[in-house]
Amino acid sequence: MLHIVNKSPFDTGSLASVLRVAKKDGGAVLLIEDGVYAAVKNGATEASLKSAGMPVYVLQPDADARGLQSRLMDGVNMVDYGGFVDLVAGHDNVQSWL
Amino acid sequence: MSDDMDFEEGGAVKKFMFVNRKAPYGTVYALEGLEVVLISAAFDQDVSLAFVDDGVFQLVKGQKTDGIEMKNFSPTFRALEGYDIEKLYVERESMEARGLTEDDLLVDVQIMSAAEIGDMMAQQDVVISF
Repeated sequence: MLHIVNKSPFDTGSLASVLRVAKKDGGAVLLIEDGVYAAVKNGATEASLKSAGMPVYVLQPDADARGLQSRLMDGVNMVDYGGFVDLVAGHDNVQSWL
Repeated sequence: MSDDMDFEEGGAVKKFMFVNRKAPYGTVYALEGLEVVLISAAFDQDVSLAFVDDGVFQLVKGQKTDGIEMKNFSPTFRALEGYDIEKLYVERESMEARGLTEDDLLVDVQIMSAAEIGDMMAQQDVVISF
């Protein structure tokens, strides 16, 4: 399942819920909109994303808009809008955590 | 007329603080807050801005919004000086939890502890939160 998170981890607990609940096998996390802040290097959520046990993707246009081009942690995968579509198509199901 | 809201008569100058706690693009709070700050500049009041929690993200250098088709309003923070709005306070704890340092910010600010921000808040006549 592809888990999409669009809220800042400093503002809501949706990312924490994904990392607590999601089945790792076959799972992936896609950070969009304010969700991308979770992947800031040296940020409070870097460690929890590193140990997510699932691939983590970041939507590049949302990271760029927020000035995070060179401020993201290692180990996350950048995707553009086309990559977003590929991720959705490549997973059996999708959950947007609001 | 002893109305102390009577700005145009050179009445009382009040201390206004705008508290920014939201990231810049996920909601419209940050942009709307900045609009109100600019309006406030017209009234010659004692204006300060505090950046707390995700509000710190409003000041990150290098924002490029072409890909999300929204207005990049971050350069406006650098123009505030021209409106005599020069008191920008950033809470150190919020900044550090977000992996940021003063060098990551696009405008000169005063870095303050949470307690110092709280002291500044307590001194205000009006606090408006976005």
